[in-house]
Amino acid sequence: MAHGPATLADGWVKYASRWLFTTNHKDIGTLYLWFSFAMFILGGSFAMVIRAELFQPGMQLIKPEFFNQMTTMHGLVMVFGAIMPAFVGLANWLIPMMIGAPDMALPRMNNLSFWILPFAFAILVATLFMEGGGPNFGWTFYAPLSTTYAPDTVNYFIFGVHIMGASSIMGSINIIATVMNMRAPGMTYMKMPMFVWTWLITAFLLVAVMPVLAGAVTMMLMDINFGTSFFDAAGGGDPVLFQHIFWFFGHPEVYIIILPAFGVVSQIIPTFSRKPLFGYSSMVYATASIAFMSFIVWAHHMFTVGMPIAGELYFMYATMLIAVPTGVKVFNWITTMYKGSLTFETPMLFSIAFVILFTFGGFTGLMLSIAAADIQYHDTYFVVAHFHYVMVAGAVFSGTAAVYYWLPKWCGKMYDETMGKVQFWIAFIGFNITFMPQHFLGLAGMPRRYADYGLQFADWNMVSSIGAFMYGAAQILFLFNVVRTITHGKPVDKPEVWEGAEGLEWTVPTPAPYHTFEKPPQVK
Amino acid sequence: MQTSHRKLLAKLVAMAVAMFLFAVFVLPPLYDLFCEITGIGGKTDGKYEAVDVRVDTSRQVEVQFVATNNAEMPWEFYPMEYSVVVHPGESRAVNFFAHNTTGEDMIAQAIPNVLPNNAADYFHKTACFCFDSQPLAAGDQAELGLVFIIDPDLPHSVNTVTLSYTLFDITDRSELSVSQIQ
Repeated sequence: MAHGPATLADGWVKYASRWLFTTNHKDIGTLYLWFSFAMFILGGSFAMVIRAELFQPGMQLIKPEFFNQMTTMHGLVMVFGAIMPAFVGLANWLIPMMIGAPDMALPRMNNLSFWILPFAFAILVATLFMEGGGPNFGWTFYAPLSTTYAPDTVNYFIFGVHIMGASSIMGSINIIATVMNMRAPGMTYMKMPMFVWTWLITAFLLVAVMPVLAGAVTMMLMDINFGTSFFDAAGGGDPVLFQHIFWFFGHPEVYIIILPAFGVVSQIIPTFSRKPLFGYSSMVYATASIAFMSFIVWAHHMFTVGMPIAGELYFMYATMLIAVPTGVKVFNWITTMYKGSLTFETPMLFSIAFVILFTFGGFTGLMLSIAAADIQYHDTYFVVAHFHYVMVAGAVFSGTAAVYYWLPKWCGKMYDETMGKVQFWIAFIGFNITFMPQHFLGLAGMPRRYADYGLQFADWNMVSSIGAFMYGAAQILFLFNVVRTITHGKPVDKPEVWEGAEGLEWTVPTPAPYHTFEKPPQVK
Repeated sequence: MQTSHRKLLAKLVAMAVAMFLFAVFVLPPLYDLFCEITGIGGKTDGKYEAVDVRVDTSRQVEVQFVATNNAEMPWEFYPMEYSVVVHPGESRAVNFFAHNTTGEDMIAQAIPNVLPNNAADYFHKTACFCFDSQPLAAGDQAELGLVFIIDPDLPHSVNTVTLSYTLFDITDRSELSVSQIQ
């Protein structure tokens, strides 16, 4: 569609076909972002069900079987449906504009990789309405819970995971091809914005480990339907093998989620500090070493399976080592802010909160990496609190920051700053009220994934639930603010929306036209 | 499509396919090999051909037996002696009792596990009911035999070895019926 995008004024059919058949990176980025937000609301509503049930001890609202489905689906939908597609959406929108490319390298594959996603999640969510219920074995789907003892709908789950895996692999192949082949003249690797760098590395991680996840679910499928015994001890297999394969995928996966978030924050903090990013090349090397190390630490998720002491020590020290490159990044962000002319617009607030809370989550991660202590923390709410500090205050906060930061560039209108700040403070306070007490619950011994708990845990659980409802409300305000910006926002027309913003995406007109950089810019 | 894109695409697709094959065909055997070398998981070796070794009468090792039913396995299953004391190098026979308490023919498979992990390689079985699946007709009972030798090279730190069997119901997955196996 060389003559610009169809709008609603052209009629429904044309408008729908534009989105269905689009190969434009901006359209596909928009689709990814809206889809991920819809999944975020869905996964969030599952979380609300969980917190409502845990508001008081005893069984109130739902049955334990359904509670298990809620915890499982919350994890799956948030990880694979909300966070990952959100960052793929940002990559689609921003990477071509940041490196001066006219579009993604493989635009038709780009269309396919998005449009199979809604089917994957329709299949996954449909299992909730089927006989036997949806997946109830936890988002980590350990065998034999997910094989011998799984509901029959597990086959739909496997099919859904295969589709979303294929989508991720295609998306990352596209990103790698775009970054490696389509940079504008003069845009050398070491001149690329950090967001592009982190995504390039993330994309390689995805191509390496999503097939491993596909392999894991394929072996499950064979065990369930075709009589093999990969994970079944009765036939000579080993359920612990499942955990090794899952975490061989799963640990790189957590960096797949957080690295693009690092990239986003590395774009935003320099803008509102009005200083270039401190230690750019050390950021690149730190990202690359985190990615490499993510492959050699997986068994720290399974210290309790009965490993020899040498194995526990190795995985413990290797895990602690990751704190070094991560620390380099944190110090670089802080040093970027040091003596900068700071202003605190909404994206900056979310980014600073990201740095603080992510570091906090990193420290609890270090506590968990101590093999001896982990025996106590394993499968308690301490773990739940830890990974929500890095996933929510990490990935989700940075995604929110990214939307506020680039929204004026995308739609040419400014969001309501006051509403943004109000949303930030509700989210920030709500988040901490939700998850800070979960550390205490975990240290006191409350196990995760149960629909009920002992009376001694009642108070903090109620506090945690109140915080969760607060955090949920903040997301409704977020949605409202974004929609209101698109419909009623104050128009912005200068290319450089933010005073201190650097990068090629700020050289194109605002709002970004449908096609940008048809002639590559010269980067000096 | 540009040639440069096509070349890169081919490489990346090959990488993804290779990782899939690695997960399904390389990781599981690699894991088994790793467990075999390190003794993790307490997996014992298959049938052992007895070699002539001197019985080390200066040492005594206590061998304890544990029998567990997996999940909903309804059989009665227990060792007839709960522990024996042997000298390394000495061959010893013990029996396990199994009783199919149901009204249906069933086939079971016992999976062994040895603790501590570093003893797994030194626990040799010259005969074991765990080498084959065990069929029992409805209501039948049987004494299942095990003959083992503790290797004289067993590390000196090990004085007690625990052999555990978990009994699995494999009636559904077995291609043969009970009478065919018997």
